[in-house]
Amino acid sequence: MKLGVVVFPGSNCDHDAYYAVTCNLGQQADFVWHDSENLNGFDAIILPGGFSYGDHLRCGAIARFSPVMRAVKKFADAGGLVAGFCNGFQILTEAHILPGALIRNKGLRYICKTVALETVSINSPFTNALKPGAVLQIPIAHGEGCYTADEATLDQLAAEDRIVFRYKENPNGSMRDIAGILSAGRNVMGMMPHPERVSDPLMPGTDGLGVFQSMLNSLAAISR
Amino acid sequence: MSENNPTQLEALLKTHKLTRGEYEKIQQLLGRDPNLTELGIFSVMWSEHCSYKSSKVHLKKLPTHSERVLQGPGENAGIIDIGDGYAIAFKIESHNHPSFIEPFQGAATGVGGILRDIFTMGARPIAVMDAIRFGPLDSEKNGARNRRILDGVVQGISHYGNCFGVPTVGGETVFESCYDGNPLVNVFAMGVFKHDEIFYGQATGVGNPVIYVGARTGRDGIHGASMASDVFTEASQQQRPTVQVGDPFMEKLLLEACIEAMKTGAIVGIQDMGAAGLTCSTSEMGSRAGTGIDFDLKHVPQRETGMTPYEIMLSESQERMLLVAEKGREQEIFDVFNKWGLESAVIGTVTDDGMLRVRDHGVVVAEIKNRDLADEAPLYNRPYTKPYRDVPMDGPSFTSSSVEADLLKLLASNDLCSKKWIWEQYDYMVRTNTLAGPGGDAAIVRIKETGTSIAMSLDGNGRYCYLDPREGAKLIVAECCRNLSTVGALPVSATNNLNFGNPERPEIMAQLVEGIEGLAEACKFFETPITGGNVSLYNETLGESIFPTPVVGIVGLLPTVAPIPMAFPKAGLDLVLLGGLGDSDLTHFGGTQYAKQVLGALWGLPPKLDMPLEKRVQEATREIVRANLTEAAHDLSDGGLAVALAEGTFAGVGADVDIKTDLRREFALFHEGPSRVLFATSNVAQISAIAERHQVPVVVLGKTTAGTLKIALNGTEVVHVGVDKLYHTWDRALEESLHV
Repeated sequence: MKLGVVVFPGSNCDHDAYYAVTCNLGQQADFVWHDSENLNGFDAIILPGGFSYGDHLRCGAIARFSPVMRAVKKFADAGGLVAGFCNGFQILTEAHILPGALIRNKGLRYICKTVALETVSINSPFTNALKPGAVLQIPIAHGEGCYTADEATLDQLAAEDRIVFRYKENPNGSMRDIAGILSAGRNVMGMMPHPERVSDPLMPGTDGLGVFQSMLNSLAAISR
Repeated sequence: MSENNPTQLEALLKTHKLTRGEYEKIQQLLGRDPNLTELGIFSVMWSEHCSYKSSKVHLKKLPTHSERVLQGPGENAGIIDIGDGYAIAFKIESHNHPSFIEPFQGAATGVGGILRDIFTMGARPIAVMDAIRFGPLDSEKNGARNRRILDGVVQGISHYGNCFGVPTVGGETVFESCYDGNPLVNVFAMGVFKHDEIFYGQATGVGNPVIYVGARTGRDGIHGASMASDVFTEASQQQRPTVQVGDPFMEKLLLEACIEAMKTGAIVGIQDMGAAGLTCSTSEMGSRAGTGIDFDLKHVPQRETGMTPYEIMLSESQERMLLVAEKGREQEIFDVFNKWGLESAVIGTVTDDGMLRVRDHGVVVAEIKNRDLADEAPLYNRPYTKPYRDVPMDGPSFTSSSVEADLLKLLASNDLCSKKWIWEQYDYMVRTNTLAGPGGDAAIVRIKETGTSIAMSLDGNGRYCYLDPREGAKLIVAECCRNLSTVGALPVSATNNLNFGNPERPEIMAQLVEGIEGLAEACKFFETPITGGNVSLYNETLGESIFPTPVVGIVGLLPTVAPIPMAFPKAGLDLVLLGGLGDSDLTHFGGTQYAKQVLGALWGLPPKLDMPLEKRVQEATREIVRANLTEAAHDLSDGGLAVALAEGTFAGVGADVDIKTDLRREFALFHEGPSRVLFATSNVAQISAIAERHQVPVVVLGKTTAGTLKIALNGTEVVHVGVDKLYHTWDRALEESLHV
């Protein structure tokens, strides 16, 4: 499997995602610069955490207009796997590839801590290696992670089994405790927690590996 | 500037915080009167902040060499060898004065400034720590302001470090009335690189282009360096425009672009524009290389129109760098900076005449020898007497009615309680190298490229240093090294931030002199040479000086392994106190947290330190930890043995101990005698053997148990409290004080 890790000028979890994929999972990965529209040769794309173009306005509000996001949209429309962690999730909602929005945390403060996540759906290329209901310990690190959408969208997400993770103890005010969701085609996932931070035996836990392992399983199934 | 109008000259000198004697030296060096731009340039370069004119004579006493030191003081940061062809650059710097005037931006740009010091040397920053000090949050008079300053400082650090993408892995937060009108914000940063990736701030190669990169120059921060060298008055709040505004995203771009540009091989020297901006970077780079720099202000990218040469030269706009490239390779530099969307412009050239020659559209507006600015600042051997102190040697008589209640009071105090509310606002994990983050004895960051990790700790203790600056300074070095040893790391090098009051007062100068001499003695003894740092003087508000507060940051090396926790992991382990129970009397109890929190008093002397014993305890500790003979390790410091035991229970496991001692119970439980480390282990025999070999006393205190902390003295139970209660008392206290 070869993953593309998108690098915006303000990305700062790009190296962490790259390290998790290459060193912890032994897969291939390459960085993709934000002005590139070429995603040829990649089996899946990761939008990493960080501050894209500084995020002085809303997180991801400028990034949605970048050349690489045009390519990511096409890649996703063609059924390619796209995972956005933290800032990546924010960009995916700004780009309308995922529904809803991520607004300032309740309490208006940045929060960095490990939180308990409930695996809500394993029916996705990002969670198929997990057990239903499994509780994962994965860190969050964000100031704007409060997931917000209108009631109809929230109902639809639930009805279509597109909520992948919920917080056990809601840290940021997210509606219905949502921590991660899927696109309608189930091939795009956004989540605020950082699985790449808990994929190494020396880090506090390896609960993030399941997400990457699921992606590997799905890609292997496709290539068969 | 002429003698024609003496009143006008006096007023100008006053604004520029130059003395008459300094002005005469300027005239003598120039062989003429300076113009206003030149006077401004001299004033910032000769400010206390940039020239260390009051402290340099004494800073020479600090040890600066060892086999590992690749770069000592005098560059942007110190550098030490960590093996395998890799090195780390690290330094601490203060942003005290700006953080009082504008807490958010003051602290944010403090982080920005020290990060630039690190990456200007070629190192990628991989860790930040902060030592921050405020007035009491519950003060009737200033509590609201202190809470607001704390909140602003924390959010400023959070904003800058998080966006930049460097983990904030540790630090300390302390409260004391002396910091009421003068908070301390000391920021430490560390970066990693290979030996052949080191860059210096030198303008070498006559004819080479001088290139300006990064953010445009505006009118912000003019005179920041001289503001930082002044005492606070009622008017200080009016100085807000001298505080700079930071943009961490711009800094991130600057980092990536600089590191990429360095890889082209076209850069021969590089320096950030920090305090005194363009003035400092040009004159220091020229001075170090023995060259001159001739440049024209019209090429300097500007954010505002109509800026005068004076303003451009003194601006402290953030996120700017100056570099010297190989002639003919300018385009390679431009290409990299263009890629990252940053401006770059050739503003002048390196010359052979040693002069800083500043032009404005061709017309020379300032012409001064680089050396005169960077190296000829007046040095003062200021008079000093005995260190100032205004507390008695003898302590009050007291008897505790409940040491259990005292313990809970200590755990709930803002100095000792959990600082989670602060550090959860910092991204302490980004880059996935943080093996041990905030809240432990020392932070540990691994170097992925090698099998080595770096442990680091920041320590200061204003109370100890107020009682005895020399002994206090030695104690903080010992404590800092002990923190590193407790996680298994060998302390190898130090950086220091000397926060003191007004050096023109002989009794304050005496604190500085004795503090430096204490640091020098301890750093020599513990073999941790000081490779750089910062001096912040004039920390005084309305005539009241802060406690002398040297802060040391020490780094240590250890093999990359999973760290040993501080809290007891399970019941049934033996609790062993390496170093023994220690000793105290009333005099040496006066600087403790017990004296402060329970008795509300300060007296006497700091705890006694036996440096050879301390060293042996640390050697034994490292041996025990590295041999994996213990399941928890925690050094004793603030609050003494009882607080260390309580902190050990925070993973939910209790303890049952009986202390056999002749000391009175308050001393036995809460004295802060150093050279002690607590272990929870199932290898008592091996630990005892190691202790014996190192000639260190060792005491078995009791066992870890489920759920309750029980402490007995000579068989009589004095503490019996559930671990949940201990934890909640400690966990929520800061939030309650902040009313959040």
